Amino acid sequence: MIIGAPPAPEDRDRGGPGTPLLDVRGLTKHFGGKGGLFGKAKSGVVRAVDGIDFSVAKGETLGIVGESGCGKSTTARLVMQIIRPDAGDILFDGEAVGSQALSLGDFRRQAQMVFQDSYASLNPRLTVEETVAFGPRVQGAKPAAALAKAHDLLHRVGLEPRRFAGRYPHEISGGQRQRVNIARALSLDPRLLILDEAVSALDKSVEAQVLNLLLDLKRDFGLTYMFITHDLNVVRFMSDRIMVMYLGKVAEFGPSEPIFEKPGHPYTAALLSSMPSMDPDHRTQEAPLTGDPPNPIDPPSGCRFHPRCKMVSTLCSQAEPRLSTMGEDHLAACHLADPQSGHPRLAAA
Amino acid sequence: MAAVDLSAVAIPPAERSEGYWASVLRRLRRDPVAMAALAIILLIVLAAILAPYIAPADPFRGSMARRLRAVGTPGYPLGSDELGRDMLTRLMYGGRLSLFMGVTPVILAFIAGSGVGIFAAYVGGWVNTVVMRVIDVFFAFPSVLLAIALSGALGAGILNSIVSLTVVFVPQIARIAEAVTTQTRNRDFVEAARISGAGPLTIVRVHILGNVLGPIFVYATSLISVSMILSSGLSFLGLGVKPPEPEWGLMLNTLRTAIYNQPLVAALPGVMIFITSISFNLFSDGLRGAMEVRQ
Amino acid sequence: MSMTAEPIVEAVGLTVDFASAKGPIRAVSGVDLSLKPGETLALLGESGSGKSVSLRALMRLHPSSAKIGGSVRVDGRDVLAMSARELSAYRGKIVSMIFQDPGLAFDPVYRIGDQIAEAVMRHERVSRAEARKRALELFERVRIPSPERRLDNYPHEMSGGMRQRAMIALALACRPKVLLADEPTTALDATVQIQVLLLLRELQREFGLAIVFVTHDVGVAVEIADRIAVMYAGRIVESGPCADVIRNAAHPYTRGLLSSRSHGALGKDERLKAIPGSPPDLAAPPPGCAFGPRCESFAEVCGSAMPDNVVVSSSHIARCVRLAIRNSSQPGG
Repeated sequence: MIIGAPPAPEDRDRGGPGTPLLDVRGLTKHFGGKGGLFGKAKSGVVRAVDGIDFSVAKGETLGIVGESGCGKSTTARLVMQIIRPDAGDILFDGEAVGSQALSLGDFRRQAQMVFQDSYASLNPRLTVEETVAFGPRVQGAKPAAALAKAHDLLHRVGLEPRRFAGRYPHEISGGQRQRVNIARALSLDPRLLILDEAVSALDKSVEAQVLNLLLDLKRDFGLTYMFITHDLNVVRFMSDRIMVMYLGKVAEFGPSEPIFEKPGHPYTAALLSSMPSMDPDHRTQEAPLTGDPPNPIDPPSGCRFHPRCKMVSTLCSQAEPRLSTMGEDHLAACHLADPQSGHPRLAAA
Repeated sequence: MAAVDLSAVAIPPAERSEGYWASVLRRLRRDPVAMAALAIILLIVLAAILAPYIAPADPFRGSMARRLRAVGTPGYPLGSDELGRDMLTRLMYGGRLSLFMGVTPVILAFIAGSGVGIFAAYVGGWVNTVVMRVIDVFFAFPSVLLAIALSGALGAGILNSIVSLTVVFVPQIARIAEAVTTQTRNRDFVEAARISGAGPLTIVRVHILGNVLGPIFVYATSLISVSMILSSGLSFLGLGVKPPEPEWGLMLNTLRTAIYNQPLVAALPGVMIFITSISFNLFSDGLRGAMEVRQ
Repeated sequence: MSMTAEPIVEAVGLTVDFASAKGPIRAVSGVDLSLKPGETLALLGESGSGKSVSLRALMRLHPSSAKIGGSVRVDGRDVLAMSARELSAYRGKIVSMIFQDPGLAFDPVYRIGDQIAEAVMRHERVSRAEARKRALELFERVRIPSPERRLDNYPHEMSGGMRQRAMIALALACRPKVLLADEPTTALDATVQIQVLLLLRELQREFGLAIVFVTHDVGVAVEIADRIAVMYAGRIVESGPCADVIRNAAHPYTRGLLSSRSHGALGKDERLKAIPGSPPDLAAPPPGCAFGPRCESFAEVCGSAMPDNVVVSSSHIARCVRLAIRNSSQPGG
């Protein structure tokens, strides 16, 4: 019985290389807003994710960035069907998730997730090997085979099974716990791995080790990543393409380098210049944005970023910008990116 | 990357860590108060179980001539009761019924209450709301009154006393079970198990029970003392055991008229109830302490 | 800030020991700190390096089971010799602290304005109205929008960044001379973090504060610090002016930290230069240099004794025995 390697990607590649592995259309989730138990109307709907479209090509890493409350973690949970979307289609390798062709169970075998909190995402009563072997056991593997697979994966993520397999989560460090979580996610031979702030809680030197590990695993297992983080340095290092989210909407989407070199949305530019300078002689002199990220309850009219934007005009509070093409495969939801929008700064330029 | 035939590879023995319960036991053993309480409980339980073999006299044979002897009378180390029966013997035999009637309702309520609470919390939503509101109704009555009312309605007797006490404790345990299960099911590892394709039963068995049974069990052990006092109280009121069966609560009742002649003898059943229930409480506290480390 | 000013914070040979199941743990083993008024020192290190423990020792915020050794002098007074009463007059008035989690500083059931006014009245003989006025000034100073209204907020009614500003206002309520900051921006979004860092820089200039700022993020240290002290396994392994430490890192650990950061453009499939291994178990530290087992330039000499401080340049020192060897072979270098 061969279980060490996942089935070769081409065996499972139903749609062919041209079909995106994940294709999301009009994904929407609003929380609250309905009347309470005793008919008391709750105020305000949280528009956590508000009609977003994106796709992840086979073998690429899509980075998703934004401030807290922008909807990036909700997006991950919607894709995994941990929470049900209000609207929108999720196509996996060309098939709709939950359809006849691809049941929810089939989908979940092919898509897995690693959470931010390495401790909360491990059962404190299970040993490391029990946690990693759990998925294969659930999917019907024999106990010995599941255990062998767990040991192999622990080895792959850099945890020597002899030392670590019998340990409990509280006995190992945060970085080691996150390696266990990665091994657990890989135990079902997924094709898509969603990493939700998976390295954010780690020390920087450990973070670097785990990022290198993720690169190796991606190559060895032929994985596709959705990499969610608030750290722009990390996302730049990891991602082929980047989606910038703001208050439940896509602000900018495109290949990594153009976004960092020539951001099309003022919000992306502000995020980039908020990163601490690494040059002691050129410290940041002025904060690019004032105030906290706004609450997704009752977001602003028009462009949601307009109250914090330096380039704001009256147009921005009235009309919602559409995603306009900045360059090849590079989109930005800003009136300044749309020559037809009539933004006054366009005429001045 | 080469595929490895892993079923042929021997799994090297991994270093074993001490399991959770082993570590709880180790910490418990270092707690002198809990260990002393446990020793007292074991002593009382042993005395009750072995009563037919080690008790000095017959618990039912009295002597009107030798009524209400003082503690320390030759032949009556703990005195005699109002019918001249040996108190030491009666207390040892009394422990059998008192412990049985105190512990059984808690065990039954632990099983039923955990079931109800874990089910309600795991299913969640409106099912949880309905179950918990029904349970709240029971909380409207003080547990003493509820036990007396139920026993009164069912009639006196050992079985009815156990049933009514079980009914009193199920809501209390269910509420705790619901609270810890709700906490646990919202942790990320349960979500991770769900996206591995595990069904609800597997998740409850592997991921929920191991994390919630401990805290529920500790709470249940703390109820044993209440249960002992309530069951003795029911017997005292004539709603539990009937004379001449020895039972501490009932003995307390029948001896109450002797309180002016032999106050020490009259107080002995009460002392036993007190020692037993406080020992259970101290042990339960120790267990909680030993379990709380590194949750 | 004058260069000849006396240090306001001076710790010499600071040690902190904790009891644990495995025996005593030396969380801080011999830390020397010296800080002048108006100066910011960043204590840079990873979890378990002893940076937070050192910071708390300056204020004697420790469980009673911990033992503090060495000497700590702040504003001319011996902190370790203070009585309970002296200590409570010292905390808040001379030295004040801000945390990662503002929940540690505020009581959730009282209005924030009242808590700040309370802190002022505890240390100064002022009326409630005056204390309240001070609270309002502070809120304006830390740039909380519509400060008058916000004074009446409860902690949970504020957003994360605003709570952090309110906590800074509380810490500055009695015009302390030293501010201790324990990762106050770590939980914040980058866009808010830079605002808070700029605010602290501004307040420091205005009040002449000395700040000790604990962080694990090199970038944050560069934004805030005049000097950086890098901690590893309970010791300061390198310290010096910010620019020297960043541009001329002398200790292999500091160099590793700097190169493991994924900043700027990296080529496709390029890997990060990560430091291998993990920090030592403080209950059983390795012999010699604590960083030795992870060091890429480990040599036999490193395993024999903990290296002493070696002068790299005027005020830039590092604890690496290989630097000492290099210095002695190139005199004057």
